[in-house]
Amino acid sequence: MVAHLVRLKLTLLRNALRRSPWQVVGLVVASLYGLGALVLVVASMAVLSVQEPDIRGLVTVLVGSVLVLGWWVVPLIAFGLDSTVDPARFVTFAIPRRSLLTGLAIAGVIGVPGLVTVGAALSMAGVWWRTPAALVVGVLCAALAVATCVIGARATTSAASTLVTGRRFREVMAAVAVLPIIVIGPVIGRVTSGTTITEDLLRQVAEVLSWTPFGASWAVPGDVADGQWGLAAARFGIAVVTLAVVALVWDRALAHALVNPAHQKVSSKGRGLGWFDRLPATPLGAVTARCLTYWARDPRYALAVAVVPVLAIVLYIVNPGGDTVLLIGPIAAYLMGWGISADVAYDGTAFWTHVAAPLRGTADRLGRVIAAGAIAVPAVTILVVGSALIARQPHTVPALLGLSFGVLLTSLGGSSILSALVVYPVQLPGESPFQTKQGASTASVVSQLVGWLAVMALCLPEMILALMAVRGGSVALGWVTLVVGLVLGSTLLAIGVRVGGRTLDRTGPSLLSKIVAFA
Amino acid sequence: MSNAPALELRGLWRKFGDKIAVSGIDLVVPAGSFYGLVGPNGAGKTTTLSMATGLLQPDFGTVLVHGHDLWASPIEVKAMLGVLPDGVRLFDRLTGEQLITYAGLLQGLDRETVAARATDLLAALDLTADATKLVVEYSAGMTKKVALACALVHAPRLLVLDEPFEAVDPVSAANIRDILRSYVGSGGTVIVSSHVMDLVQRMCDHVAVIAAGHVLAAGTIDEVRGGGSLEDRFVDLVGGRVSGEGLAWLRTSSA
Repeated sequence: MVAHLVRLKLTLLRNALRRSPWQVVGLVVASLYGLGALVLVVASMAVLSVQEPDIRGLVTVLVGSVLVLGWWVVPLIAFGLDSTVDPARFVTFAIPRRSLLTGLAIAGVIGVPGLVTVGAALSMAGVWWRTPAALVVGVLCAALAVATCVIGARATTSAASTLVTGRRFREVMAAVAVLPIIVIGPVIGRVTSGTTITEDLLRQVAEVLSWTPFGASWAVPGDVADGQWGLAAARFGIAVVTLAVVALVWDRALAHALVNPAHQKVSSKGRGLGWFDRLPATPLGAVTARCLTYWARDPRYALAVAVVPVLAIVLYIVNPGGDTVLLIGPIAAYLMGWGISADVAYDGTAFWTHVAAPLRGTADRLGRVIAAGAIAVPAVTILVVGSALIARQPHTVPALLGLSFGVLLTSLGGSSILSALVVYPVQLPGESPFQTKQGASTASVVSQLVGWLAVMALCLPEMILALMAVRGGSVALGWVTLVVGLVLGSTLLAIGVRVGGRTLDRTGPSLLSKIVAFA
Repeated sequence: MSNAPALELRGLWRKFGDKIAVSGIDLVVPAGSFYGLVGPNGAGKTTTLSMATGLLQPDFGTVLVHGHDLWASPIEVKAMLGVLPDGVRLFDRLTGEQLITYAGLLQGLDRETVAARATDLLAALDLTADATKLVVEYSAGMTKKVALACALVHAPRLLVLDEPFEAVDPVSAANIRDILRSYVGSGGTVIVSSHVMDLVQRMCDHVAVIAAGHVLAAGTIDEVRGGGSLEDRFVDLVGGRVSGEGLAWLRTSSA
């Protein structure tokens, strides 16, 4: 059974690679990245292996704990868990749960993160090569730790998705879960920058971690090398119990999921026609009304908006009282303007409604731009004025407004062209936030990068002007920036909508057939 | 132009990768007919209907709707078409009423007309009670019905419906058949694809049998079935019946 599941995973991977060259590019990039990380870890461990034993113990516990914690937490908030071998697909097969569990766990190791983790764990055990007993124990504990990583990731994600079944709750949850993680880095930075990091502090942290599920298995070989067999046994016990607990949690969650397939609860109701009543009864008005409704009801759009205030807080925490906070206006303008660059992909197969209707591409483009702009213009204005007041530099407002509106209009124009050219698989509305789409990452990363560069290049005039105005403290130059930003941005937006609209008239059916092929 | 057929397909081809889904389909759907399109799974029905409605670009061939070339002037021709595709999503974060309104406004109808027609359609399709619910929370049959309402809202001259009765309950299906019949009676043209031969035989006046990307037979129901039942004729044309004796082990007593 285990061999079957592993073979299934490999077959799925091979078929995915055969299906699109982007998948191959994605795998190559991910493999290079993973290989780089692995080389870095192995090289540092080689250097470490000739250091004092207590330094070795310190570093392996710290690095190992981060590794375990990463496996447990990152899938919840960022990339989701690879869902190619989804337990739900096995509902109708009479497979004993124990074999299913083992098979899925081993299949979970296959993949770039899994293999890099195995390599890193083994190299961390190799640190103890001068003490044979510790080396043997180290390899055993490395295997234990890898199992804890992989099964722990399954346990946290399946437990989380069992807890959150309601559609609204799950959507809100997905949005909210991101917030603490974005904030946590800078907060830790602030806390620790006061107290300089000393070896002593690290030693205390490692000592605490070595008694927790995250660090216990990594600390055992060090204890063995020191000849402290009692300590080693105690920590080994913690590691084994940890693995048993996460396996049990996953087992229970899986058992629950197999007999209670996820379903959506009936919840919200709309009232009246909403935006459709308030906007002009034209195709353009209809598209705008539909997009505005989606900005409010679709969590994927709501997330783009929710990130902005968090970002403002982060920028403030990083450098309170400084100028960094002034960046929030232009950054938010870019994020919100670029937010519609995947709009057609977000529509999914529902995009057929636009293709089947006698709708001109320009009306489609303009409707989406107006909806995004209706939200972004007030938001950016508030952020610019607010950040200037917080930084006590009100004279920068015209320059920053010029830059922000320039960036917003330019990126809206760029999005209009890009989303008429490229679609890539995205999460469907209401899909589990803990799943990723195959092949989504690379195509989206490349188009994001190209788009970012293009927008930056086109915004250079107002960027330079804004920089000069803020640095030189010149209010007159600030007003010039505002005029340049508005005029240049509007021109680029007009071009973007026209070109994007013409392109869409031509590409609409082929975009639709690509989206249908993703589904 | 006035006596041009409602839909004429000339030599349509479409390839997906290495697989040829539709290979040279010619079809004439007379104006005012109730046309059934039948074929086994994977015959190319959905691909053909997608190309006939502007959702999928054919590799070769022409689509004429009431004599106008669809792919040459898509905007003008699409206004004459009402489309219900199969296997695609709707803008399901809208309520049922909003979705029908959206479809109507995209077709360029004015506010009063859309509002009146949306109310009528919701009542006719028994969706009034669920008009303010989000479409994402509709059942499969209700989703089909609201999609049908979207296809009907601008009173198109030609209706193209891909599997319109799938998952729809018998009462709603009977209501939909009545709506379609009176629509044909008033001069409209309907094309439906279906797996259910009996339904097509009772409901349609014309039928085309499609298999492996080709038209095997087309004409009035009586011409195609030639005395027998449509189902028997279909099986004759398409072939592929296997004897039920093959699965001898599929007996509960042998377990």
